Amino acid sequence: MSPRRSTTGARPPVLCSCLLIPLVFFFLFLTNSASLAQGETEVVDTTATTPLAPVTSLLAQDFKYDDGDKLMLTWVPSIDDIPVTGRVTAYEVYQICNNGEPHRIAELLPEVSTFRVEELHRDSSYQFYVLALAEDASAQSVVTAAITPEQEWLKWNWLNLMVMTIVVCGAVMVFIKTATKGRKLFVRKIAGLEAVDEAIGRATEMGRPILYIPGINDMDDVQTLASLTILGHVAEQVANYDIKIRMPVARSLVMTAARETIKAGYQTAGRPDAYTDDMVSYITDEQFGYVAAVNGIMVREKPATVFLLGAFFAESLILAETGNSVGAIQIAGTARPAQLPFFIAACDFTLIGEELFAASAYLSDEPKALGSLKGQDVGKGIAMAAIIIGVTLTTLATLTGAEWMSSATELIRSWFVVTD
Amino acid sequence: MRREIPLIITISVGFLAILSFFSPPFEPLGEDFTLFFDIIAVFAFFLGGGNLMRVHIDKLIKRKKDWGFSIVTLVGFLVMLVAGLGKIGAESITSDITREGLFSTLYYNVHLPLGSTMYALLAFFVASASYRAFRAKNREATVLLIAAFIILLGSTPIGQMLTNWMPEGMSILEIPNLAVWIMSSPNLAGQRAIMIGIGLGVVSMSLRLILGIERTYLGKDSG
Repeated sequence: MSPRRSTTGARPPVLCSCLLIPLVFFFLFLTNSASLAQGETEVVDTTATTPLAPVTSLLAQDFKYDDGDKLMLTWVPSIDDIPVTGRVTAYEVYQICNNGEPHRIAELLPEVSTFRVEELHRDSSYQFYVLALAEDASAQSVVTAAITPEQEWLKWNWLNLMVMTIVVCGAVMVFIKTATKGRKLFVRKIAGLEAVDEAIGRATEMGRPILYIPGINDMDDVQTLASLTILGHVAEQVANYDIKIRMPVARSLVMTAARETIKAGYQTAGRPDAYTDDMVSYITDEQFGYVAAVNGIMVREKPATVFLLGAFFAESLILAETGNSVGAIQIAGTARPAQLPFFIAACDFTLIGEELFAASAYLSDEPKALGSLKGQDVGKGIAMAAIIIGVTLTTLATLTGAEWMSSATELIRSWFVVTD
Repeated sequence: MRREIPLIITISVGFLAILSFFSPPFEPLGEDFTLFFDIIAVFAFFLGGGNLMRVHIDKLIKRKKDWGFSIVTLVGFLVMLVAGLGKIGAESITSDITREGLFSTLYYNVHLPLGSTMYALLAFFVASASYRAFRAKNREATVLLIAAFIILLGSTPIGQMLTNWMPEGMSILEIPNLAVWIMSSPNLAGQRAIMIGIGLGVVSMSLRLILGIERTYLGKDSG
């Protein structure tokens, strides 16, 4: 009994010391940890009170290949401009014109390090500085040296494009000249264009109208112009066969131009009296409103032949499928690669890309126009040669590891890349 | 003169447009030409609107076939025109009619849903066109069918499940990888060839227009 009581009642001094020492250490540890944590907070607070670092290496340079109205500013962002935890909230760009008063021209987000200054004058000098902004501070960079924007007469960075344009246009002109001298030029047969007369003949036999859709773009689109040149030939045939042509359009200017084209076709055929303005009617500029109207015309009038030639977008398949469902023979053509598969799937003949532009020359059989077709073959030849040489060199460079082959490939590639 | 003046305008504007593309001092000219075109197109709208009215009123008066549709067209055209020009339902004369008033109500509740309905028809037309295009009638159509089948499978989880057992060395034959290869190699090569052809075709066509070789769109002189 007594030993139990002694252990629980009055504790011996040694045992008390053993318990106290760890307790003291525990409290010391707690105190130390708290002071450490406090110290860390203080470090953050200290940073907040330090001055904000400005942007450095601010440079104002002339913007190359412009009309002398732009300058380019570049700088290294402030060292306090760190993603997420950074202090910089924005940058302000200031401009001083002819040593006058500075005024703010832009406010930019953090991490931005370039800015293009526009609408400047060639007869003024400009200086700039950038102000880094934080919640509680701001820091101004050095002011740049005075600079005057310079004008360039040609975009020399597009020299390769200029050379290509001159070569291709030159080739077209040379072949036009050759063709006018009477040299016979070979142009391959284009099935879609060979079928134009056949399709018009079919409409004559069936006694049903022809529907001509020139796309939904305006006269500023070269596809619409190409379409109208084909319309000229179609109108002539229509006048010859004395059948009805219906042309709903989505643009007022196209309506006016199409009327003139059809009228010219009827005059060439010697039947100007048969022409009426009602052959071409304006529907609406609205894409799907136009589609609804044209689909209605197709379903009600059941044309024997449908021409879909011009610029088409999402409406291409809706129109082509409706034409298909009414049993019309359809000739389509567009220079929009995304719409070509739809036309190929739903139409009888499709003019693929360049064939649409070649159509007028092909149908007219005029030497000058045919010469222009031969001229574009030179461009194709250059493209083919560059592709074959490029692919061969890249393949050989990968197989052999020859450095000069990679450099040569890079050189060829650079001839066909336009840099801003 | 009826053809000469437009031809002179075409030639001079054509050459200046090329110059404005390569020469910075002439760059604003190119932008101005685009602006001029927009202004002309806006005025031409009166021609279009007038033609629309004339055609449908004529159809209505003469009770031509399907004249009932002309009533719908005329009512729709006039209601939108009056609602827009008169700013009916808008708070003031300076209000933005694309945000308030009868015009915006009709636009958002009638016009847009009708347009979306037409667009939605595309889904059905894609199905019927695909069915026709993918019939293995000949060798080319069979290749197209197989390619389309691989791409469709490659875009679905089934394509992944069917071939994910393949060893590492044959991963190119996994259906999703095959689909990516078809799209990025043969398909892209074909598309680029078409694009090059289109680019050169545009150059050739533009030169024919600028040089006055192509003038069908101008009509005839005697007219």
